[in-house]
Amino acid sequence: MSLHEMIEPGVRDRSAHPSVVEGSGAGQIDYATLGLLSDRLRDRLIAINLGRGDRAGIYLRKSVESVVSIFGILKAGAAYVPVDPSAPASRNAYIHHDCGAKVVITERRFESAYLEEMTKLGGPTPKMIILDSVGGGAHLAAALDSEDAQSASAGAPTAHSEPDDLAYILYTSGSTGKPKGVMLSHRNAVSFLDWCSDVFQPQTGDRFSSHAPFHFDLSILDIYLPLKHGACLVLIAEDVSANPLALSKLIADHRITMWYSAPSILSLIAQFGRIADHDFSSLRMVLFAGEVFPIVHLRSFKRQVPKPRYFNLYGPTETNVCTYFEIPAVISDDRVDPYPIGRTCENLESIVVDTDGNVASPGAEGEICIAGPNVMLGYWNLPEQTAGAFLQESSTGKRWYQTGDIVVEEPSTGFRYVGRRDRLVKRRGFRIELGEIEVCLYRHAAIRDVAVVALPDEAAGVRVKAHVTFRGDKRPSLIELKTFCSQHLPLYMIPEAFAFHDALPKTSTDKIDYQTLRRMN
Amino acid sequence: MANSKDIEETIKSYILAEYLPGEDPASLTDSTPLISAGILDSIATLKLVDFLETTFSISVAANETDAEHLDTIDRIAQLVRASGGSAKD
Repeated sequence: MSLHEMIEPGVRDRSAHPSVVEGSGAGQIDYATLGLLSDRLRDRLIAINLGRGDRAGIYLRKSVESVVSIFGILKAGAAYVPVDPSAPASRNAYIHHDCGAKVVITERRFESAYLEEMTKLGGPTPKMIILDSVGGGAHLAAALDSEDAQSASAGAPTAHSEPDDLAYILYTSGSTGKPKGVMLSHRNAVSFLDWCSDVFQPQTGDRFSSHAPFHFDLSILDIYLPLKHGACLVLIAEDVSANPLALSKLIADHRITMWYSAPSILSLIAQFGRIADHDFSSLRMVLFAGEVFPIVHLRSFKRQVPKPRYFNLYGPTETNVCTYFEIPAVISDDRVDPYPIGRTCENLESIVVDTDGNVASPGAEGEICIAGPNVMLGYWNLPEQTAGAFLQESSTGKRWYQTGDIVVEEPSTGFRYVGRRDRLVKRRGFRIELGEIEVCLYRHAAIRDVAVVALPDEAAGVRVKAHVTFRGDKRPSLIELKTFCSQHLPLYMIPEAFAFHDALPKTSTDKIDYQTLRRMN
Repeated sequence: MANSKDIEETIKSYILAEYLPGEDPASLTDSTPLISAGILDSIATLKLVDFLETTFSISVAANETDAEHLDTIDRIAQLVRASGGSAKD
């Protein structure tokens, strides 16, 4: 089965039931409309020669329009490449340029800055489908009306995608200073969703939150799992996604039954969301992934909302969820350690590998590696990085994705997360390569040297701090540096703190001494 | 109410002290973008709202705690005034 075929039972059997609801109240559609509108978009896309093997970009705020766009693109046989609408236009244009998007669906508000950046990059500009705005699906319908008025698009059948066809590319932070695209196939996503169905048993009456932005891999569960089961998807707009009071109100007003987000969002709700003033009684499952959940906030949330089952899901974008752990009913007062990431998902296999590349002895520390149908096809246009990401068994050819995450396997509870083997950190669940921030800051004319470190932080999980030295006497202000970052990086990658030095500390081999920098507060 | 710029000054002193330590106060103007330039992250924004509610005895609605209402000192002061707040003597 391909990813877009998953909505067909809902369209057939639950046509008048809500499929996608905007949490802001801006609009909603039923299953019949989801089917019809995505068919219309498919026809238009096929009419402009989008097809199997092509990529189409989505540069839209989260809305009915963005969900329908995903299905329209998949039905045309192409892969979708979503970008963060709050990220700088330069980054989003880079991503669509890098993947060679043939078509981009965007909003009028993003058009001019995006096209300006695309022009700077050179090469062919993608065909643009421009919506006046988003909300409720009407803006996509209007854009299609206007395109159809110019040239009719003949009805075309939905593409039958093969399991290994590319379904979407999610760009994550890249250590070389440019985001890199993780290529996921229909098989990758379908296998993951089938596993979710087995474990979480969604019902037609469920109302799923969609908190994660669509360029983030948590969105795969959010979008497809409810629609696969004829349930309802409630979209949480970007502008309230870190607003705990608005989120509490949304959970209550929309009677959310299944919640999924990064732990830091649940921490915010536990601390600032005034849970006692809101009715969370519909919640039956709380899923979290993307970073370690500090026990103090998990305990606080769970005590305020005791009814649901809680699951810690673990997995990088390259594999989606690959291990899981159900949090016990009671979290004792004296527990200080985070919960483990648990057992390998039933549809996957895992091994723990030591620094020499051998399978570690039971209970020894090592890197967790994953094989199975969830594992990505590779990185877009980066064959060397793709090859380097896998361990390949010479006898069988079996590929193990090396996660970079160091774990220890405990006999009773499964894998315990220990740390990273590189400079990747997680903030609000998003991956940040500290090297990408450094590359950005090196582009500032006044900066001579820069070293970015991550520091543990009770409230935020990690704090990112940039240590810099300058070329001349004229030192840019903190405001100027942050503003500079905001023009090149998404907000979650901007360092909270800067420290200015005459020179950065060096090791005996004349490399930047990160250990010393981490100790400087 | 004293000087009409008191609200702006109070907000500016708070942001400088909490989120821009060591910054030249002249670099922070009433129109400097705060949220969209990454100077205030989500937790900083929540703390700012707490500060505004306590200092100016106002109540900020959930839908007002976003960049549209809080991205510059100008906008924050506008929100404070619209909520009936005034600088304390």
